[in-house]
Amino acid sequence: MKVLTLNFLTCAVKACKSSSASFPLHPKDCELVSDTIKPDPRLIHNILPRVDWSALSTTALELGFPALPEQPPTKEQLEEDEKMMGELHTLLLETQISEGKLVCGNCGHEYAVKEGIANFLLPNHLV
Amino acid sequence: MANNNLEEKGEIPAETYEEEHVHTVYEQIASHFSSTRYKPWPIVSTFLENLAPGSIGLDVGCGNGKYLTVNRDVFIVGSDRSTNLVKIAAGHQPHAAIVADTLALPHQKGRFDFAISIAVVHHLSTRDRRREAVQCILDTLRDGGKALVYVWALEQKNSRRGWDEGHEQDVMVPWVMKTSKKNAGENGETEKTFQRYYHLYRKGELEEDVVNVGGEVIESGYEKDNWWAICRRSGGG
Repeated sequence: MKVLTLNFLTCAVKACKSSSASFPLHPKDCELVSDTIKPDPRLIHNILPRVDWSALSTTALELGFPALPEQPPTKEQLEEDEKMMGELHTLLLETQISEGKLVCGNCGHEYAVKEGIANFLLPNHLV
Repeated sequence: MANNNLEEKGEIPAETYEEEHVHTVYEQIASHFSSTRYKPWPIVSTFLENLAPGSIGLDVGCGNGKYLTVNRDVFIVGSDRSTNLVKIAAGHQPHAAIVADTLALPHQKGRFDFAISIAVVHHLSTRDRRREAVQCILDTLRDGGKALVYVWALEQKNSRRGWDEGHEQDVMVPWVMKTSKKNAGENGETEKTFQRYYHLYRKGELEEDVVNVGGEVIESGYEKDNWWAICRRSGGG
């Protein structure tokens, strides 16, 4: 599962949605793999304004990546800095969690990631 | 056999009913099903193509992910109940696909620019659950965000199945899969028929459901044996 996806995932338990602790989910015991995905600078430019940068920073740190700059790069900065564009592409799209768990900071429930697929089905007692 | 499948609907919990007559079936027929699902329906393609570049959205019940590649300038998180189908969908770059239930989506409220849910909510076996699904989808949208919901129509007299007004709305629809099994007798090939539960929507029903959960219908219509509606949260225009 791509790292970018974590920016759009929260705990599936209804009661957790109103808590800010349920986002972002926290990776636990995660194995990362690197996929090769065709660079698409246009897509990165387009979606960057919709990315929750502070949540992404938290995710990057928790996965063992170097800290992200405090502010997201501007469009102009990205256009000039190919290296930064490449790093963002690698972090967001090419870095995948192949195995591990995603933990809700509010209720503690752990969602499993197996063979790159995250499973958010809840056991009956949590629905 | 079909009658028994429908009869037990009121007698066992809806989740159990759907597990048996929807989810288990798709999990077993996944790759065969996927091979027959490749052509996007026109209204869905148009909806996706008209999205602003950089839009972030959901495909709730994404199946094999056939809609994930229509628009290269958006990012979609697809979700489906079937792990086998999600594995196929997850191959569509640069999007994401997860296993999740429509009634317990793992997404923030108000975060997404759009959502599509194509041929999905008609698999929920009670009106309350179908309405809840529409509500769950609408909840994920930001103010002004739009969802396209597409469901099988009751009124499809020209289709192969020929249902129409007056027919029972809850039906079992067969899926025939040829499998070759090592120990399948002398021919080496067997055919297995799976029954899937569908609720066929009558004209106006989808719109009623949207309004019932506090949504607004922006546009709606009929295409190729399906009713569809584009909707948003009320007051979020």
